[in-house]
Amino acid sequence: MILNSMVLGSVYVLMAVGLTLIYGVLKILHIAHAGVYTLGALIALWIFEKTGNITIAFILSLILSGMVGVLMYSGIYKKVLKKSRIVPLVISIGMFVALQDLFRLIWGPYKKSFQVDLGIPEIITEDMVVTQSQILILIVTAISLLVMYFLMVKTKWGKALRACSDDLDMTASLGVNIERTISFGFFFGSVLAALAGILVGIYDNSVYPTMGEVPSYKAFIVIVLGGFGSLRGAVLAGFILAFAENFLVAWKGFLLPRDAIAFLIMIAILMFKPEGLFGGISR
Amino acid sequence: MTLDYLMTLSIFAGINIMLALSLNILIGFAGQVSLGHAAFFGIGAYTSAVLTVNLGLNYWFALPLSVLISGFIGFLLGLPSLRVKHDFLVLATIGINFVVVSIFNYVQFFGGPYGIVGIPRPSLFGKTFDTFGYFIYTMVWLILSVVFVIYLSKVYLRYGFEAVKEDEEAAESIGVSVPRYKMYAFTISGAMAGLAGNLWAHYMGVIFPENFAFPVSITILTMVVLGGVGTITGPIIGAVIITLLPEILRFVQNYRMLIYGTIIVLVMLFMPEGLMGYIRKVIKR
Repeated sequence: MILNSMVLGSVYVLMAVGLTLIYGVLKILHIAHAGVYTLGALIALWIFEKTGNITIAFILSLILSGMVGVLMYSGIYKKVLKKSRIVPLVISIGMFVALQDLFRLIWGPYKKSFQVDLGIPEIITEDMVVTQSQILILIVTAISLLVMYFLMVKTKWGKALRACSDDLDMTASLGVNIERTISFGFFFGSVLAALAGILVGIYDNSVYPTMGEVPSYKAFIVIVLGGFGSLRGAVLAGFILAFAENFLVAWKGFLLPRDAIAFLIMIAILMFKPEGLFGGISR
Repeated sequence: MTLDYLMTLSIFAGINIMLALSLNILIGFAGQVSLGHAAFFGIGAYTSAVLTVNLGLNYWFALPLSVLISGFIGFLLGLPSLRVKHDFLVLATIGINFVVVSIFNYVQFFGGPYGIVGIPRPSLFGKTFDTFGYFIYTMVWLILSVVFVIYLSKVYLRYGFEAVKEDEEAAESIGVSVPRYKMYAFTISGAMAGLAGNLWAHYMGVIFPENFAFPVSITILTMVVLGGVGTITGPIIGAVIITLLPEILRFVQNYRMLIYGTIIVLVMLFMPEGLMGYIRKVIKR
């Protein structure tokens, strides 16, 4: 169960980190992020079916999804940033709904199997089995978190991005190209979302147009828990939520399914500790 | 194209108008963006269904009870709005929508995923409403609701809402109790959506949890946004368009959500005040 929670938590973290990057800079609830998640999985499966090479599928899908993320920013969000806050929010919902239906029309409404032989040995001990896809998820998440840490702390891009989430106008006046920085944030965030989508697709062995629905709200629960805009908080909260869900579900007699539990946790946090478990941006 | 079909369509349009107007009280008047409006709709429908089917109450008892209960639950669900604002409230309301639907889905008392069947049509003077009767009945409620909303937009309450919407701190500083007006908005809106739910349940005769899921909330939001947030004619026009669109363009049935989504994005990009706001602007110019 601990293993399952770790795997689930990894997926939440990947989703939530991308969202946190975007929320931190633009203060937009980017609901269409889950569209990118599904897109990533669908493209990866499509390329995998065409070429039979999972590495190519991964790389191409991540790049394409990242570009879609950038397009969402430069094509749509950029134009409405100065309007009242409900506008980008409603647009984001509209985009998510439209994307999801578009996927259904292109790829069909059915669940498709995503069967890959990853060539990783399974770990089988007396009391537990770690499957290929679980190992893959854990390793990939660890690597991407390390990469993200490196990017955010060591590179110019990451520093600029963090500066932007502190104060957008101030950063711009200090001569940072915020356009490019925000696009970078969207690119990187979308890549992480697509990555989560592909991993879940392989793990569940199914990819379908509405697969993004529940994770999208889950990711928001995670950023609420973690304190908005705080990356470290998002990482911790992702794992906490996964553990809490799994243990509550395992605890017999709890009436509601796991998604409802997650939402109840979120509502409770919003009610009693709106700044999240780990502080973050105070608003 | 029979008369029955037209009347059924009008009943749906009427229910949608009531939903759009009630959401507009929240978003347009009081500035509280809710994305869980289908939950109120569902609570109205389920309360009435449970009262009449499971407990065997008369419809005319169930009607006021279901409106009161959904108003009360609107009040309860409005409580998060006292603590959280803007985006966070949106998240909370999305969460509420999911929780309410999963309660309908998993609690046996509410029939689970098979919903509640055999909800009776109301009867008056010993005569059960047929389609025509129900059409008249819905229209009566629709007119009452529209009159009520117009009245609401004229009285002092509206200024309170407006103050809360514009700036909560400023409203507090001039002695407008922000929590009180927020709770008014949620209660009134919840009760009105509950009434719409009641009308829907007793017309359809059968309800499922899916009827009140999150996409329905988005549809209601589309009506309000398309027509024009904060106006009264706007949501009405928006609701009528969204009701008629799939009927007029039969072939779009398959692409419905795609079209809704695109409409939302385009309207927000090019005329964020909605159709009515846009028309008003053109006339002024």
